Amino acid sequence: MIVLDLFHYWTFIALLMMGFYTVIAKNNLVKRLLGLSLFQSAVFLLFIGIAKVEGGTTPIFTNLVDTQVFSNPLPQVLILTAIVVGISTSALGLAIILRIKEAYGTIEEDEIQSEEEEA
Amino acid sequence: MLSHLPILQIVVPMLMAPFVLLIQPARLAWALTLATSTLAFAIAINLIPLAAGDSAMIYPIGGWDAPYGIELKVDSLSVLFLLIISGASTFVLLAGYQSLGSEIHEAKLNWFFGAWLLALAGLLGIVVSADAFNIFVFMEIASLASYILIAGGPNRQALPAVFKYLIMGTIGATFYLIGVGLIYIMTGTLNISDIATKLPSVVDQTPILVAAGFISIGLALKAAIFPMHAWLPNTYSFAPNMVTAFLAACSTKIAIYVLLRIDFALFQSNLTGHLLQFKVFLIPLACMAILAGAYMAMRDSLAKKIFAWSSVGQVGYIILGAALVSHSGLTAALLHSFSHALAKGTMFIGIGLLALQAKSGELSSFAGLGRRHPLAAIAITIAGLSLVGIPGTAGFLSKWLLIQAILELPTGAVALLVVVLLSSLMSVVYLARFLETLFFPPAPAEGKVTLPLGATAILLAIAFASIYFGLAPTLPMELATQAADNLLGYGA
Repeated sequence: MIVLDLFHYWTFIALLMMGFYTVIAKNNLVKRLLGLSLFQSAVFLLFIGIAKVEGGTTPIFTNLVDTQVFSNPLPQVLILTAIVVGISTSALGLAIILRIKEAYGTIEEDEIQSEEEEA
Repeated sequence: MLSHLPILQIVVPMLMAPFVLLIQPARLAWALTLATSTLAFAIAINLIPLAAGDSAMIYPIGGWDAPYGIELKVDSLSVLFLLIISGASTFVLLAGYQSLGSEIHEAKLNWFFGAWLLALAGLLGIVVSADAFNIFVFMEIASLASYILIAGGPNRQALPAVFKYLIMGTIGATFYLIGVGLIYIMTGTLNISDIATKLPSVVDQTPILVAAGFISIGLALKAAIFPMHAWLPNTYSFAPNMVTAFLAACSTKIAIYVLLRIDFALFQSNLTGHLLQFKVFLIPLACMAILAGAYMAMRDSLAKKIFAWSSVGQVGYIILGAALVSHSGLTAALLHSFSHALAKGTMFIGIGLLALQAKSGELSSFAGLGRRHPLAAIAITIAGLSLVGIPGTAGFLSKWLLIQAILELPTGAVALLVVVLLSSLMSVVYLARFLETLFFPPAPAEGKVTLPLGATAILLAIAFASIYFGLAPTLPMELATQAADNLLGYGA
């Protein structure tokens, strides 16, 4: 059961490794960028997962009660920032891929390399 | 006013960045960028006395005190790196207008300068921030902006290089974020000094150990520590010349700064056996970086790539000094960051100016250019001598301190000494190859280009700064010594 209790960490590790594998193994630049996005999203899940407190409510109070259990809002705020960083990275990466396509006529890593060696 | 300097250090370039985008004549955008960068440099200089000694300058943003508010913290270590970053940016901009104009389309220069200011703001932000998560955000601001700068030039080979850098840089930053997340899980705080007070009461050390691993590897990727340097040579050689000068002077060193700051503040005193792990992990990597960097620099035939490989080796020296974990070793490492930034910045600005005439980046297109442009070539020679570590230059002093720090070791000193001396000889070889190409062949007959006078004067001035700081090293020496005190004092 202890494995199932930690399922959110296992999800994080599985997604992280899938993303990492895609970044390393794929030849297509767009696929590699998508792998990178997956890799980052896994880390977002790690942060959001740890914010949940068992039995906790949304951290919004109409009248403050000391005994009220609530989820930690801070990791979500952090991840909001990290998501913005991730989107900017993807956008910039795609823009660079576009320029690569214009300059080399391909977005396959090995074809770019072979063209580089010919030149 | 003075108490607000830490936040102004970030806010000034960051607010000017979108403003510069709107300025159309490229010359005006450049002047504004230069003015902003100079202001940042002036702020850094004014911070020297405020952060001197043991007292760090704390700035709670919005008046909210830590641990609930976000803090900025400036101590000697930060000031040293603030000076390196803002100084590099200012002098490269001063000398670089013609070079940038020759490589980047004039209508796009204002966008380019906007990205430059963002990169500057990000790098400065990393150094003043006292919050582990804010460091991540600033690191990504600086990285994203520098990807834009690198890809902005005319050379199409920069594009695959920058894509590789983007992938590796993002993986590095994400690893760092995982580490910060694990620390947050165990301590519930992100403020570095607050983490340091809470870490000793953490019972289960395993997550902290994993965090130390993720953070070290992530930052090693960003710092291009061998064998994670694969992105560096191509990125530096195919970027616009002035971008290379700016980034070579500071970007990898900032990752080393974060590594040292976090490792010494959090892990050294709180993880059992970490000291040994730190040494065993980093010293071999540093030695391999030093040797591999120098060897590849001897073999390469692209002018900028030779010195990009040399940067891989020089990062090795800095890491070697830091990995000795002694006061003298850290002082040597920090002083070497300073002298290397000065020398490598000068070197790349010099190459950039000569490239106004050279047809390609190949070493052969620089043949005889030293005879045509003696002043620029003299500056390059001085910078090269400082890289090799000839007495009288700033590079000699930091290498000398490094050797002294190695001699303090009880065992293994001989092997490390051999590495340092051998690599110094190898650096003589690659420098000699470059200088021989500059001076010995006859000056090219056709294509007479006169180098911009102002830029050449700036180049000579910073080249002589290498000699000045070699003979009168009081300022960087004091900062480096105090910074080493601060780093080692965290545990006490």
